[in-house]
Amino acid sequence: MEMIVASAIGVLTAGGIYLILRLRAFPVILGMALLSYAVNVFLFSTGRLAINAPPILNKYADVSYSDPLPQALVLTAIVISFGMTAVLVMIALGAYLEADSDEINLADPEDDAHNNEGQGA
Amino acid sequence: MNDGSILALVAILPFLGALMPGLMIRAGRNACASFTAVPTILALLLLGTQVPAVMRGEVVSTTIEWLPQLGLSASFFLDGLGLLFAGMILGVGLLIILYARFYLSGDDPMGQFYTYLLLFQGAMLGIVLSDNILLLLIFWELTSLSSFLLIGYWKHLPEGRQGARMALTVTGAGGLAMIGGMLILGNIVGSYNLTDILAQGELIKASEWYMPALILILIGAFTKSAQFPFHFWLPHAMAAPTPVSAYLHSATMVKAGIFLMARMWPVLAGTEPWFYIVATTGLITMVLGAVIALFKDDLKALLAFSTVSHLGLLTMLLGFGTKAAVIAAMFHIINHLTFKAALFMTAGIVDHEAHTRDIKRLGGLAKLMPITAIIGVITALSMAGTIPLNGFISKEMMLEEAAHTVWYNNPWIVPVLATLGACFSVAYSFRFIFHVFGGPVRDDYPAKPHDPPFGLYAAPALLTVLVVLIGAMPFLAEPLVTAAANAVTGLDTHPHLKLWHGVTPALWMSVIAFAVGALLLMTQAKLNAGWLRMPRPEAKVIFDAIIERCVAFSKAFARSTHNGVMSRYLAFLVVTTIVVGVHAYFTGSIAAPTREILPVPPLVWVGWLSLVAATWLVVSQHRNRFRSLVFISIIGLMISGGFVYLSAPDLALTQISVETVTIMLLLLALYFLPKDTPAESSTGKRLRDAVIAIAGGGAVAALAMAFLTRDVDSISAYHLANSYKGGGGTNVVNVILVDFRGYDTYGEIIVLGIAGLTIFALMDALLRGPAAKRLRDRAFSPDRSRDRHPLMMVVATRAMLPIAVMVGIYIFLRGHNQPGGGFVAGLVISIALLMQYMASGFAWAQLRQRIEYHSMIGWGVIIAGLTGVGAWLAGKPFLTSAYGYLHFPPIEEFEWATAMAFDLGVFLAVLGAVMLMLYSLSRIARFAGETINVAPMDHDPSEVPEESATDQDQKEGQ
Repeated sequence: MEMIVASAIGVLTAGGIYLILRLRAFPVILGMALLSYAVNVFLFSTGRLAINAPPILNKYADVSYSDPLPQALVLTAIVISFGMTAVLVMIALGAYLEADSDEINLADPEDDAHNNEGQGA
Repeated sequence: MNDGSILALVAILPFLGALMPGLMIRAGRNACASFTAVPTILALLLLGTQVPAVMRGEVVSTTIEWLPQLGLSASFFLDGLGLLFAGMILGVGLLIILYARFYLSGDDPMGQFYTYLLLFQGAMLGIVLSDNILLLLIFWELTSLSSFLLIGYWKHLPEGRQGARMALTVTGAGGLAMIGGMLILGNIVGSYNLTDILAQGELIKASEWYMPALILILIGAFTKSAQFPFHFWLPHAMAAPTPVSAYLHSATMVKAGIFLMARMWPVLAGTEPWFYIVATTGLITMVLGAVIALFKDDLKALLAFSTVSHLGLLTMLLGFGTKAAVIAAMFHIINHLTFKAALFMTAGIVDHEAHTRDIKRLGGLAKLMPITAIIGVITALSMAGTIPLNGFISKEMMLEEAAHTVWYNNPWIVPVLATLGACFSVAYSFRFIFHVFGGPVRDDYPAKPHDPPFGLYAAPALLTVLVVLIGAMPFLAEPLVTAAANAVTGLDTHPHLKLWHGVTPALWMSVIAFAVGALLLMTQAKLNAGWLRMPRPEAKVIFDAIIERCVAFSKAFARSTHNGVMSRYLAFLVVTTIVVGVHAYFTGSIAAPTREILPVPPLVWVGWLSLVAATWLVVSQHRNRFRSLVFISIIGLMISGGFVYLSAPDLALTQISVETVTIMLLLLALYFLPKDTPAESSTGKRLRDAVIAIAGGGAVAALAMAFLTRDVDSISAYHLANSYKGGGGTNVVNVILVDFRGYDTYGEIIVLGIAGLTIFALMDALLRGPAAKRLRDRAFSPDRSRDRHPLMMVVATRAMLPIAVMVGIYIFLRGHNQPGGGFVAGLVISIALLMQYMASGFAWAQLRQRIEYHSMIGWGVIIAGLTGVGAWLAGKPFLTSAYGYLHFPPIEEFEWATAMAFDLGVFLAVLGAVMLMLYSLSRIARFAGETINVAPMDHDPSEVPEESATDQDQKEGQ
């Protein structure tokens, strides 16, 4: 089971890294989403794996529980990564609508400085 | 009454007062100046109340804890040395405020000037009153900053800007060095309290860190006090308005370095390195400054180099390390203040009236502006060290000390050089007198000079009176000098200040100085020609060249690394991380695995395969954006399933609802983005990226595996044990969120709220820019669905709404004890609402439910915050929760907990943020010409066609 989780994290990370190295905003967003999955599962896994042991206290029996702390941290992390993805999407969308291109690399820093000046004026 | 607390008030008064000028400038320039004087006068009065105690030899102190963990406290103390400097700072400050009122022209923003001046005054007071070296460092940097503002006050003058930059660079760099030195001192002693450090002189001098600390602190002091070779910034700082030069560059800021050396004297002075570094630097600076001063034609430049020379004199005296030298230094600080500040003001008056400061264009002013001439001549004579003025006494004391100082077994070198310095000092002082005020009246002044109004010469006149008074009755200054010298040395000093010491070697040295000085002045024209022919290093040129090199290097570095190719930065980041991780693996050690591997049932294999396949498909199909979204949602589902299987029901709930919202958001965004990604990367680049990705993935997998197969002690047992007892809930994850780590959660909902508002603001800005036009002109693809709001969807979502809301509420309520809670409930409800939006259009749905999402976020944060604050009322720390049980007869036991209110805040914030994000997207849609539908669905079979509807009615009628 450990191998399954570790390899899943690895696969997600690899996919995420490959996608964030692309040149357009949308694949980069997808890559960030994959990386968020990987990071969340990784954080979750630092609590070690347990089956049939949810951290819901049982009043009637003395049973074992999985580690609740990483779960609590990951829960908020999932929600926050949604917020982050949303902001990223919005910035990418804004950039695309403003510049009519969703390339993420600046063509030439020198040219870029001129463009900025032009927009400022 | 705690006397010490007054000190904190004294230190803070100028800062508070700095607000005054800005407010009062509207009431006129006189009001502005008067109100600027108020905080200074108040501080001076408060300081006055402490004088008797300090004169008795007491040390007044106060401590306000600030960051005790760092050893930083707002501690202030006042001893003789502090009193001497604080008195100078406030006293001269008051005169400068008066002088500046008449000096500044109508075009100068006076409010700004006074604000900077008070900021500087506060920073300077802070330095001399601090009892904590970290606090002292903060004020030290503040003086650099505020002097930068003051030097560059005339923003339109390039010299002003350049001079300000140079001063900031030099003194700022010195300040950095001093931070290092002070931290070393603090480490040696184990305390950052100045009083503690001063008591540990032996320990510090014996430490092997003494030399580094000494050198670093001296760099700080030398840069601030313009000692060779850092003296060059001071003349360039003369581009400042004259009141600034008089205040900062003669009386106060440049003496901060002297103050620091005096302050640290008990712990640093008296050693050989101290003597050779400090006394030698002082001696060189004194002679060099005096020599250069003689050849300067600009009055202020002459005075600036004279100041450099006198600062060198003070440094040298402190460097001697003897009690008598310290007494001479303390006395000379007072004397230099009186004559130099007055001289600067005189130079300012001349400049103000004659419109030039060039000595070559002046002369004969004694007849045209007699009052100014009297002031100028008396103070310049004092600067030369003429009997019976105060400058004479302290210069005699200096020469006396120099006369019996042995430098490297050589008893001649110090006295000879000191006399040489004195010769030039006499020469430039005489030049100031004879070439400005003496000689015949000319007829080619740029403006007709005459004496200024009383307000302008009042301040220098008062200082001139002091010059004469102290000269005639030096015993007047004796108590202050005694107190200061006692404080510096930590010993009992008994100075006997008197005008006439009899015929001593020092007197002969003075006589020689006057004779040679007069000779130098007479031959000045010839000497000057020679001076101009001599190759001299021009400090500004060197400084500018160094700065230029630094800038060029930084630019080249930034351009080569920060070239706008984002994907390259990311590649570097990933590769670096992998390399660091691999390095850590090979250099560190790792324990053997301790955990047993769990078995893998067939279903898990299916999930794993789906996840891997979906990831592969997302990556390989990423150019078809729509398809990749479908695949990525499979990954989310599989991860949710994994959470269920691995005992994390809360995570599973959250993941699946976030997944839904994320995909909807991405779909909405994709509507406006290109639907395909063009193939741009070469095969080589793709291959390279694949290698990086696989290496990264493999490394992370290995790391995760290493984690998963080893046990670790964590604090989770505490949470499990106390969740019910302390937090009143059995769902430990939820209790951690709303109770144990409630503060984290509080921060997180704020972050989420900010993300929502950011998106809203971004959209708002976007729709005002060029994007708005592009959106309006946008041609929609012809293959749009003509049935945008299908019947089945509308009906199904209507039926599901109450159920979804009920589920949301249920999940919210059970959250404390069972999987669920505010986060999940917020997401579920937002999905329920989103379904309505999807079915009938955002605007249609929005019209039917008037919820202001901005305020929903606000209320969420407020409710959560108030719940936390509520704990204060019960005398508990922020966010301590309380709970109890209620019994309603027909129902079972019912729990209430304040955590529930907190969770409600979480719920509202999450709901508000998610909805605001989607609302923002829908605004773009409407901007792009999306029509608002009036009917909930496009084809309502109950309305059209008309005939069949009638038929239906008839059938129903039958």
